[in-house]
Amino acid sequence: MTKDMLKNERDFVVPGDEIVKSMDYLPGKHTFREGDSIYAKGLGVVSISGRVVSMIPLSGVYTPKVGDMVIGEVKEIQGNGWVVDISSICEAYLPLSGVRDYIDTSRTRLDSVYAIGELLYAKIGAVNSADSVHLSMQDSRSRKFNGGRIVRISPSKVPRLIGKMGSMINTIKDKTGCRISVGQNGYVWLDGENIELAMQAIDMIEEKAHKTSGLTDAVADFLGGKKK
Amino acid sequence: MRPITIKVGIIPNADGSAMFSFGKTTAIAAVYGPRPLHPKHKQISDKALLQTIYMMAPFSTTERVRPGPSRRTQEICKVTREALEPVVCVEEFPKATIDVYINIIEADAGTRTAGINAASLALADAGIPMKDLICSVAAGKIGKEYVLDLEGKEEDATDCDLPIAYSQRMKKITLMQMDGDMSVKDTKETVNLAIKGCEEIYKKQRQALEERWMK
Repeated sequence: MTKDMLKNERDFVVPGDEIVKSMDYLPGKHTFREGDSIYAKGLGVVSISGRVVSMIPLSGVYTPKVGDMVIGEVKEIQGNGWVVDISSICEAYLPLSGVRDYIDTSRTRLDSVYAIGELLYAKIGAVNSADSVHLSMQDSRSRKFNGGRIVRISPSKVPRLIGKMGSMINTIKDKTGCRISVGQNGYVWLDGENIELAMQAIDMIEEKAHKTSGLTDAVADFLGGKKK
Repeated sequence: MRPITIKVGIIPNADGSAMFSFGKTTAIAAVYGPRPLHPKHKQISDKALLQTIYMMAPFSTTERVRPGPSRRTQEICKVTREALEPVVCVEEFPKATIDVYINIIEADAGTRTAGINAASLALADAGIPMKDLICSVAAGKIGKEYVLDLEGKEEDATDCDLPIAYSQRMKKITLMQMDGDMSVKDTKETVNLAIKGCEEIYKKQRQALEERWMK
């Protein structure tokens, strides 16, 4: 930390907070430069990596990225596909070509494949400009959900919920015996006997993710002690 | 200034929310978005629409306020939006909307200033990219004294009611209204007093955000 650096790694910042006053650093994600200084562009914690100064937001809307698995709700059925709400800046579209089996529209009604209100585990196939997101159901993990429960967490906490190489989510799955599917847009589907326990673990992660490290162990302890 | 009470994150359903009180004036702001904007003709192709909706609850004043928009509330919607727009990064979300709902649940003068303070906190709470927090307070002059954050009775007694909204970092005023008569010198003094008030409010806003997220 040089004398120009006004904030430390993991310091809390509000929009407009000055992080560093120096031309030696580059503004990274969620920051902006004005004059000589780099400022935070929102609410979050500082992250410094070499000469790049970034800010990790504590909350915020999900921005679709190609390859992400998301959980969406069918909102509308159109001639050649479905409009799906993925709780993002724009609605997503699942074209006929995105479905695994061939559908002959002269014989099959689209709503018998996916009806309004149904929940899908889909993959983001393409993101064109800012308002066009296409989904695909061709991934082996994609499916329509039947039964189970859905919980919602902030999209910014999803990486913590999954953990490094899936360590956190696998811990929860093993200790509760639940089937769990996580959408990058912050929705989580659960099914099984110990759903309540798994939901408590998820609440714990959402609350503590940005405050503590060693969370995987803490969650494992919590579940280990309470398994029915 | 009257005692300030702030609580952030009070509406679980909203993406961001905050309650801000100046004494007996209490505003609650809820932010949803950025999210898709319907109807399509309202969409702006290169940025998000910032929709601010200000309403007073019927029970907020001693005489019941009729629910629904009025000329006054429409004016406040407009000035609130203009106070917040300079710092919200709307260019990052073309065709979307950011909805800010402000409800006044108790009114004793200074409702638009409380509303802007609450909205600024709620926008930050929602994780919306912003370049600064906006603070707002009203000031005036009663007799020979300059007064800050007028309450109901003071608003009746003052020569002039001057609410401002201020961006701390940029040191710029994003809203200024003047209701009454004042000399140029008095106006300058009053505005400076209001800016000092905003500096105090900024500190409290920071503290409230930190308490909500880091404790």
